[in-house]
Amino acid sequence: MSIPTLTPFPGGLLLPAHKENATQSPIINAAMPQRLIFPLQYPAQQHHTVPAVPQVSVGDTVLKGQCIAQGDTPNTSCIPVHASTSGTVMAIEDHPVPHPDDTHTRCIIVEPDGQDKWITRKKADVTTLDNDVIFDRIAQAGIIGQGGAGFPCIDKLHSQDKAIHTLIINGAECEPYICCDDSLMRERADTIIEGTRILQQLLKPEHCYLAIEDNKPDAIAAVQKAAKDTAIDIIVVPTRYPIGGELQLIQTLTGQEVPSGNNPTDIGILCHNVGTVAAVYHAVALDEPSLSRIITLTGDSLDKQGNLEVLIGTPIDSLLDEMGVNRDTLSQVIMGGPLMGFAVHDLNSPVLKTTNCLIAATREALPPPKAEMPCIRCGRCEPVCPASLLPQQLYWYARDNDAKALTEYNLFDCIECGACAYVCPSHIPLVDYYRKSKHHLRQAADEKARADKAKQRFDAREKRLVEQAAARDARKQGGDKQSAIAAAIARAKAKDAK
Amino acid sequence: MNYTTHSPTPHTHTPGNVNQFMRQVLLAMLPGVVVLHYFFGAGVLFNVFVAMAVALAAEAWMLRLRKKPMRLFLSDCSALITAALIAVSLPVGVPWWLVAVGAFFAIVIVKHLYGGLGQNVFNPAMAAYALLLVAFPMQMTSWPAPAGEFHAAPSFVESLRLFLGLASSDINAIDAMSAATPLDTLKIEVNLGYTAPEAMTQLHWGAWQWLNLAWLVGGVYLLLKRIIRWYIPVSMLAGMLVVASLFYFIAPDRVAAPPFYLFSGATMICAFFIATDPVTAATSPKGQIIYGAGIGILLYLIRVLGGYPDGVAFAVLLMNLTVPTIDYYTKTRVYGHPAS
Ligand code: SF4
Ligand code: SF4
Repeated sequence: MSIPTLTPFPGGLLLPAHKENATQSPIINAAMPQRLIFPLQYPAQQHHTVPAVPQVSVGDTVLKGQCIAQGDTPNTSCIPVHASTSGTVMAIEDHPVPHPDDTHTRCIIVEPDGQDKWITRKKADVTTLDNDVIFDRIAQAGIIGQGGAGFPCIDKLHSQDKAIHTLIINGAECEPYICCDDSLMRERADTIIEGTRILQQLLKPEHCYLAIEDNKPDAIAAVQKAAKDTAIDIIVVPTRYPIGGELQLIQTLTGQEVPSGNNPTDIGILCHNVGTVAAVYHAVALDEPSLSRIITLTGDSLDKQGNLEVLIGTPIDSLLDEMGVNRDTLSQVIMGGPLMGFAVHDLNSPVLKTTNCLIAATREALPPPKAEMPCIRCGRCEPVCPASLLPQQLYWYARDNDAKALTEYNLFDCIECGACAYVCPSHIPLVDYYRKSKHHLRQAADEKARADKAKQRFDAREKRLVEQAAARDARKQGGDKQSAIAAAIARAKAKDAK
Repeated sequence: MNYTTHSPTPHTHTPGNVNQFMRQVLLAMLPGVVVLHYFFGAGVLFNVFVAMAVALAAEAWMLRLRKKPMRLFLSDCSALITAALIAVSLPVGVPWWLVAVGAFFAIVIVKHLYGGLGQNVFNPAMAAYALLLVAFPMQMTSWPAPAGEFHAAPSFVESLRLFLGLASSDINAIDAMSAATPLDTLKIEVNLGYTAPEAMTQLHWGAWQWLNLAWLVGGVYLLLKRIIRWYIPVSMLAGMLVVASLFYFIAPDRVAAPPFYLFSGATMICAFFIATDPVTAATSPKGQIIYGAGIGILLYLIRVLGGYPDGVAFAVLLMNLTVPTIDYYTKTRVYGHPAS
C-alpha cells in the first residue's frame, strides 16, 4: 500500500449534495421499453469519430449483444453499436438524440421482443488472455468513458505505447444529484475491482488508485472490502467540486498537472471512471458488450427516485414514466449534473452510454436563468476556478471576440466546470460565452489551416510551372538547365518580395 | 407542462444577486449616517435624498438614451450607492446644487460615458468628489463644528435653510458653524510651527472617531455577510498603519500617532465602502492587496505631505489608474502551464 499525500487543487466549490433521495433504495432494473434507439454516432463526439455503418436492415431480427453497426474498415475511429436486447429492426432513420443543441442523428430503432435472448458468449479466464485479445474484446465491446466526456475507452488505452505508471479509477462523482457511481460501488464493488485488475494486467502500472469522495462512506467500505489483497489503493478524497474532473483528480492524487494541450497519458497517467472499468470487466471476462448502465433518476418532478440499470437506447420518456413523472411540475430534464449537464430538448431521445443522471427538475429546484446583468467586476469568479484562470477577463474578451487575448488568457484550459458562473452575482452565463468563443476560435483555426494548405498547393504549383518554363527555355537554348531554373526561381522570388 | 429546453449551464446557482448585495451595502451605511446626523444635523439626510433623486433620474435618462432595459438596471441599486457615497462624503451643510452637480456628474460622465455599470475606470463617487473639490474648494472644505459641549447640532430648520442656500447671506451663521476638521487643524498648526503633540491638544477628535467607528461597524457587517472580501480594507488600513508608524518614528513632532490617521477624515468609509467598489478595484486577491495598500499609503502621504487635508478621492482615483497594470502582473499560473 502506498497512500499518496494529497495535493489540493485550487478553487472549487462546496455544493449541496442532493443525493439523499436517489440513494435510499438499491439499484433496480428499468422496465423493458417499447423501443430502443441506437445512434450510429455519438452526438458528443461528432468531431472525432465517423458514423458506424449499419450491419442490419429494417425487418431483421437481432439478438441481445449483436453488433448492429460498426466501422467498415478496422482502423476507423468508430464505436461499434450493439443491440441491447433481442428484437426486430423497425427503422434506420434520423432521430433526436441528447445534445445541448437540438440534434438529430441517424439511428437504428429496434422493437424488443421481450425474450432478451443473448448471442453466444465466450467467458474467459482473464489471467490466461493475451493483451491483444483483451484489447480486441474492449474495442469490440464499444465501451465509452462513462464519466462524462465520453472518450472511447479503447482510444485511451491505445496510447499504451506511452508507458502508464499510474492508473486512476475515478469514483469521486462530485456533481450534485448524481449517485450512479456511488450505487455501483456499493453494490458491485467486485466488478469494479475485477475490471481494474484487467487494466492492471494490461498496463502494468506502478500505482493504481481508486479515488472516492469522503461523503460516500458505504461505497468506501464496500470497495475497500473488495480490494483487499489487491494492488489497488482506495484513496478517500475531500468532497469538493470538481474533484471528479480528470485534471483535478490527477492533481489531487499525484501532485502533477497535465501540461496544457496534452493528455494524461502523455505524462504516464490513465484515468477511468468506475463505470467504465465495470464495463471492461463485462467485456473481457464475460464477453458482453456495453449494453446497459446505471443512471440516477432524480428530481422533484418524479414520484420515485433512484438508480436504475437501464438498457442503452431506452427513450428518456419511458424512464420518466416509470418513475412517475408529474408533467405539470416538470420544467426541464437535465442530462448529467446541474453544473455541467444540459437540458434535453426532446424527451424521445435515448439514453447514451455517457448518461449518468437525469434530473426531472421543477421550476423551484432548478429555476430558469435569471436576467443577465453586467459584470460588476466583483472578482468572485476568480478564486473558485480550478484551472486558476481569470473568468472575468475571459468574459470581457469573449464579449469583444478578442481572439488574441482569449488565447493569451488560456481560454482552452477552461474545463467548463461552471464554478465561476455558479457564484457570479450578475448571473452571467459565463460558460456559454466560453463555449461560443472556443467554437469561434476553432473555426477560425480550421479555416486558417485550410487556407494555408491551399496556399501551399498554390505555391507548389507556381514553382512547378516556373521550373517547367525554365526547363523549356534551357532546352531551347541548349544551355545549362540547372542555372536557368535557379535564375527563374530567383526572378519569381524577387517578384514575391515586392 | 412548462418545459424549457435552453438554459445555460450551470442550472443551479448561489443565492444572492447584484441587487441584494447592493442593498446590503446601503444597509451597512446606516450607522455612519446616524452618527453624521447626531453630530452635524439633518443636512446629511438632505444630501442623501437629493443625491439619490438626481442619481436615479440621471441613470434613467442615460439608460433611455443608451436603450437599456430600464427596470432591470435601475433595480440594481448601484446608482443609489454612488449617490449615497457622494452624499456622506460632502460636508454636511453644503447647498443642494453642489450635491446635485456631484451626483449628476458621477452618473452621467464617469459612469455612463465610460460604458455603464462595470465599465467605468474611475470610482464615480470619488471622481465627482474630486471635481467638486477643485471647482468649489470653499464649500467643499467647510465642515460645521460637530455638536458637543459648547453647542448643539443645527436644528432641522437651520439645516434646511443652509441646504436651500437661504442662510448664506448671514455670514455670521456660517462662520459660527464651520470649523476646521481635526485633519485641517493638525496641518495648520504644524505649518505654523507647533509640534504635533501640541496641535493634538487643540483639536476635537471625538466626533470623527465616532464617525469612523460607525463606518467600521458597517464594514465589518459587510465582511461577515461576505459582501466584500477582506483584502482591500485590511491591506489599505495596514498600508496606512505601516507608513504612519514609519513617519511617526522618524518625525514624532511633525505627525500624529498612527491611530489618529486611521480614525479621522474618511479613512474607514474609504477602506470599507469606497476602495472596495468592485468595478474600479483590482480583481485577484493578490492584486487587491496591492491596490488596497497603495490607497492606504497614498492617502497618508497626501494628508501629511500634500496640499489637501484629506486625500481619499485622489488616492482612490490614482490607484484606479493602476488597476489594469496590477491585474496584468498579478495573473496566477494557469493549470498545466509552467511557472513564468
Ligand atoms: S463573478 Fe460575475 S460579476 Fe463578479 S467579476 Fe466574475 S463575471 Fe463579473
Ligand atoms: S468554467 Fe472555466 S473559467 Fe469557469 S471556473 Fe470552470 S474552468 Fe474556470
